[in-house]
Amino acid sequence: MNWIVQHLWLIPALPLLAAGLTALAKQRHRKFAASLSIGSMIGSLILSCLAFKDALQHSGAGEVSRQYLNFKWFQFGDQWLKLGWVLDPLTAVMLAMVCFVGLLIFIYSVGYMSHDENFTRFFCFLSLFAAAMLGVVIANNLLLLFICWELVGLTSYLLIGFWYHKPSAAAAAKKAFITTRVGDLAFLLGIAWLYSQAGTLTFYDHGQGCLEKDGITKLVAQATAGGMAVSTGIALLIFCGAIGKSGQMPLHVWLPDAMEGPAPVSALIHAATMVAAGVFLVARVYPLMSGSPGGIPSGTAALQVVTWVGAITAVFAATIAVAQTDIKRILAYSTVSQLGFMMLGLGVGGIAVGMFHLITHAFFKALLFMGAGSVIHGCHDEQDIRRMGGLRKFMPLTFATYAVGMMALSGVPILFSGFWSKDEILHSAHAWKISHWPFYLAVFGALLTAFYMTRQVLLVFFGDYRIALGRITRTEQYSLEHAGVPAEEHPQSELAGAPHESPPSMTGPLVVLAVCSVILGFIGTPLWPWFQSFLTGEHLRFDGHALAKPDVLFTMILSVVVVTIGVGLGYWLYGRKPVATAEEADVLEAIQPEVFTLLRRKYYFDEAYDWAFVGLNRWWAKACDWLDSWVWNGLVQLCAYVVVGISWVNRVIDEYVVNLSFDEVCRRVAGGGNLLSRLQDGRVQRYLRIIGIALTGLVLVLIWGCRS
Amino acid sequence: MTPLSGYLILSAMLFAIGLAGALIRRNAIMVLVGIEVMLNAANLNFIAFWRYGHNPQALTGVMFVIFSIAVAAAEAAVGLALIISIYRHYKTTDVEKINSMKG
Repeated sequence: MNWIVQHLWLIPALPLLAAGLTALAKQRHRKFAASLSIGSMIGSLILSCLAFKDALQHSGAGEVSRQYLNFKWFQFGDQWLKLGWVLDPLTAVMLAMVCFVGLLIFIYSVGYMSHDENFTRFFCFLSLFAAAMLGVVIANNLLLLFICWELVGLTSYLLIGFWYHKPSAAAAAKKAFITTRVGDLAFLLGIAWLYSQAGTLTFYDHGQGCLEKDGITKLVAQATAGGMAVSTGIALLIFCGAIGKSGQMPLHVWLPDAMEGPAPVSALIHAATMVAAGVFLVARVYPLMSGSPGGIPSGTAALQVVTWVGAITAVFAATIAVAQTDIKRILAYSTVSQLGFMMLGLGVGGIAVGMFHLITHAFFKALLFMGAGSVIHGCHDEQDIRRMGGLRKFMPLTFATYAVGMMALSGVPILFSGFWSKDEILHSAHAWKISHWPFYLAVFGALLTAFYMTRQVLLVFFGDYRIALGRITRTEQYSLEHAGVPAEEHPQSELAGAPHESPPSMTGPLVVLAVCSVILGFIGTPLWPWFQSFLTGEHLRFDGHALAKPDVLFTMILSVVVVTIGVGLGYWLYGRKPVATAEEADVLEAIQPEVFTLLRRKYYFDEAYDWAFVGLNRWWAKACDWLDSWVWNGLVQLCAYVVVGISWVNRVIDEYVVNLSFDEVCRRVAGGGNLLSRLQDGRVQRYLRIIGIALTGLVLVLIWGCRS
Repeated sequence: MTPLSGYLILSAMLFAIGLAGALIRRNAIMVLVGIEVMLNAANLNFIAFWRYGHNPQALTGVMFVIFSIAVAAAEAAVGLALIISIYRHYKTTDVEKINSMKG
């Protein structure tokens, strides 16, 4: 076992250390926090590259290479709980992606958060997130994965609510936390079930692990209620966790609201890495999902569920994205939709198909979010696309990179990575034997994706700026200077509210990501499917005729047509006649107001949840309140009255029986004492008088006695 | 009427006068004077019974009375000292007002 496998734990440990040190730093230690976090990410990236290189060396030869290290954590009963980490192509790819995108977003954050006074705290959270996410990726144990998974959820909560003084951000953070908990509860149940059935939570452990041949065979052979295999039940429960984390139907509601966080958070957590953790989880437990140790896609019930959930989410979220006006919300629904595509890819095509889209999507979606962040930053925290327009003149670099991201997401042919990864999914869906509907849904989703991205780009970057420009105010001048933008780069800066290009620390990462969004596609084309063979361990060969195969050609042509229609439709509706004012109704709204409102209100999902779950909860709380105030309170009151009555009787007995007689006795004794004390009042003469009278009396008696 | 009876009557009168003084007077000194008178009435009885008794040659009665007078003198000295001390404390010699042992 070589050095990197033994020291794989260093990759999450470095950002964790950085987070711990940053947590101790004071608010003003901004440079310290930023450089420590970025430095730790660079360290992790270097180690990840070493790990990637190692995985590359071991790959090939027709089998997935897997190196792992397990250690004993603690003992309970006669069993040892083992933790450990694994290095296989899946881990290596994810490690490299998370570290690389994470590093770029860290650098970007330095520029984006430069005005924020809690800069240090932000980097502390970011580092903690990176540590937790890398922990999820390397875990060789479902329990360790779950621990890191929950840490990721926690940091997501902290970062969405980073601007906690905004009520909407605080609410969004709570919503995200609670909604994902619903999925995680099922996930935890799945873990418990898996442990009770397989006796271990370790994935790979020299033939003893739950994802290896013996474990899977045992789980598949057992049947539970309704004739379902135990593996299916466990897989579905674990998939619930993935649904929550990856924002799939019906737990997608938190992801668009999570855009209340700062833009780098949206890019890092809610586009590139954390939401992909659900997809990664499904890929990680793929043997369990497919019921075969090799992880070959098959039509098991669990995979069918994954496929359908993915396909429905892909179209559903894409339709909502069409009608949104907040630049980040459009991207958020787009993310939900793309995550649906990934799930669909996992369901129909196996690990490689889903993961390929995950990796390419991570790059171009991070690019789009950071581009959106740059736009928001440049437009003075304006997020409504109706109040933008013509920005390509003000921020050319952002526009160029954003356009690359948009084309990658839409799947513009040949040059952009999104085309190849989406094509792969469509191809697999087309070949799926069970049903053709997921394929149709995916095609429709791809069409909508191209359409809404065209709409967004046209509204944001083309036409004219739709806010009247005036004189610049002092505070804006201040913020411009503090953004690190020299005045001469701002020809319009003397005009109030004029958008400005972002500082180099923000545009630099955009350029890098844009380059990656283009070149990444070429590692997974049908001609030279390096990525797929790396993940599945198949033999890699250059196949010049792959593109000419009828089914490959069919889907490629189809996706080209679909993208063309989508972009064309978008241009036809929004590009021919640019929207002139911010108040103008949307073109689609003019055509179909009812449908448009339905989409804009997100199919009333929030309202439905509000009515069903929140309302139920509220009703239940009211019922409990009623029960409490009338039944339980009544009982308590009754008890209280009984006690009061008893004590009243007690008091009466005490006062009128015990006290009275006692007092009477006392009074008599005191009276007697009083009476007797008069005899001894200290007047000596009175004593003498009594003695004298007594003596006289005695003498008289004696005399009387002597006589008789 | 024998001479003894005369002495005894005198003695009884003295005793009665002393008793009345001790019982009636409010001044502590006068009370003390009354007590002295009663004491001397008793002494007179001693002398009378000795002089007119069976054996007047033995000086028993006189000796007894001399002792009694000495004791009375000592008693008067202690009593006056007590009265002075009480007077210093209470600023009065009225026995009606002196009715507690504790000052």
